[in-house]
Amino acid sequence: MPDPVLRVHDLKTYFVTDRGSGTARAVDGVSFELAAGETLGIVGESGCGKTVMSLSILRLVPEPPGHILPGSFIEFEGRNLLTLPPRELRAVRGNRIAMVFQEPMTSLNPVLPIGAQVAEAALVHQKLSRAEARRRTIDLLRLVGIPDPEARVDDYPHQLSGGMRQRVMIAMALICHPQILIADEPTTALDVTIQAQILDLLGRLRRELHMAVLLITHDLGVVAGSADRVVVMYAGQVVETAPTRDLFATPQHPYTTGLLASIPRLDQPRERLRSIPGSVPPATAWPGGCRFHPRCPFAWEKCRTEEPPLLETGTAGHSARCWLVAEPARRTPR
Amino acid sequence: MTASAATLVEVTDLVKHYSRERAWLGLGRARNAVRAVDGVSFGIPAGKTLGLVGESGSGKTTVARTLLRLTEPTSGSFRLDGTEVFGLRPTPLRTLRRRMQIVFQDPYGSLNPRMTVRQTLREPLAIHRLVPKPERDARVYALLGEVGLDRTLADQYPHELSGGQRQRVGIARALSVEPAFLVCDEPVSALDVSVQAQVLNLLADLQRTRGLTYLFIAHDLAVVKHIADDVAVMYLGRIVERAPAATVYGVPRHPYTRSLLSAVPVPDPTAAPQRIILQGDVPSPTDPPPGCPFHPRCPHPKKNDRCRTEPPALRQITPGHLAACHFAEEPMR
Repeated sequence: MPDPVLRVHDLKTYFVTDRGSGTARAVDGVSFELAAGETLGIVGESGCGKTVMSLSILRLVPEPPGHILPGSFIEFEGRNLLTLPPRELRAVRGNRIAMVFQEPMTSLNPVLPIGAQVAEAALVHQKLSRAEARRRTIDLLRLVGIPDPEARVDDYPHQLSGGMRQRVMIAMALICHPQILIADEPTTALDVTIQAQILDLLGRLRRELHMAVLLITHDLGVVAGSADRVVVMYAGQVVETAPTRDLFATPQHPYTTGLLASIPRLDQPRERLRSIPGSVPPATAWPGGCRFHPRCPFAWEKCRTEEPPLLETGTAGHSARCWLVAEPARRTPR
Repeated sequence: MTASAATLVEVTDLVKHYSRERAWLGLGRARNAVRAVDGVSFGIPAGKTLGLVGESGSGKTTVARTLLRLTEPTSGSFRLDGTEVFGLRPTPLRTLRRRMQIVFQDPYGSLNPRMTVRQTLREPLAIHRLVPKPERDARVYALLGEVGLDRTLADQYPHELSGGQRQRVGIARALSVEPAFLVCDEPVSALDVSVQAQVLNLLADLQRTRGLTYLFIAHDLAVVKHIADDVAVMYLGRIVERAPAATVYGVPRHPYTRSLLSAVPVPDPTAAPQRIILQGDVPSPTDPPPGCPFHPRCPHPKKNDRCRTEPPALRQITPGHLAACHFAEEPMR
């Protein structure tokens, strides 16, 4: 793997909840690396910690109630983002590392023209003149596929469709030519034909601009078509990581297997879906031992008492947080 | 899909237009009439599922709401088991509502936050005077069991439940009056994929045990594939293709259906990407394009002036397979 541009090590983001229900360990010891120019998919269901993890990278988690534990480490260009003074952090945020959020409807300011919003980061970070910033904004709007950008630059968000607003969000993120783009569910709020357009656009932009993309999604279908590698999260932890093809061909963690089996698929005949029994436990009370054991069809005594580490599966870059990797003979449902 | 003795649901030429609004005292903006649903017809045999598919703004939710008369239709006919629902007066309508129920998309918004599960499920029993008071709790427990919920949840409030549990309560509430016809409006799209599979399986089980007839509305063609017997695809207020599910998925004749199918991400990295990327957005239903409503985005290689001027009729291509494209008779590819 080429040198990582971003290294997340043992990230722990906790939330102190009111009414004494305890500390929510939303992100609980997450480590991964993002290589230059690659797309890394972060997959998981609601409550797995993927969004808090992505917000933590740019320190966008509100503190309090949030709290990133000492010992967490996010290395970017040789520095730990978590200990950077606010001024230096601001020089990274929106400039070297940019973010696209899920909700294009609520992430744009409704009372400012879109052009002003796209240009803002360039005015702040790159000290461009207004004319230059406007020119670059129009170029970017064209790049992300907004028709007639010279006219649309002065439109307000409500004049655009959902897909067009998401393109504006992407243009806004790209205006400073970031090295890393964090895209948190960039297509979830969009219709399927528009989702296809946006995924196609992100792939093209990544190649043309040589960005690394952290693609956060609940949709394994989106990951299959876009990511080079995948990190699967469950209950605040990384439970499996692998190159995309390996993950889909030989998933090792029962959670990954269950997730894959529960997707309704177009490319397979109609049949009863397999589902994962139960639901994700609350972050204030992760189960002891392996956090997946109450829902796991293979769990045995060891799973209830000992928390497995990420174990190498033997395939390059593929590891899973599951005792089955060490004891494959037990892979028969109880 | 023609009317037969076994057809429970028969919808003919359903139209819902929201009328034009003039600017108020010269303030605000005038709005053109919105043709939300523009002549939709279908039938559903008893015990079967019709999947109604479309993107935002296609009119699929308006179809659901007009059938239940949560919104009054502009014109058209809906016969449920032979009884005309549109035009029914309030009292007989209330009686008929027992026969048709709806499960909403948003399990957060569709349950009263100030009512426990027990109160929510007892209310329809009381309104329709279905079960004598002393027996209502027993019925509530039976319903909870049927949708796979523990009876200890009966005294919880919606905020104490997970999304999947809430949707099960929504299904139990719909079933409490023992309907024959259930409209499911995006019932799983707010749920995580593992929970979504649980709820889809539950709906399939309930259909088998209770002989329910479903109108299953969704934007996700893969979800619909797992539950529907027949599929209708809507675009800008009209059905553009309708056929048995295997036909729609196997040999789609409308270019919009083909684009939709190709746009669904397949969870298989080795699958050859063959996405047809549609250009542009769904046009506004206040200002639909002339001719074929799909023509501005249509990738069909033979698209011509006729598409731009003459709206194609929804017609039978092969027995049971309807499509509204000027080129639907020609095999694709």
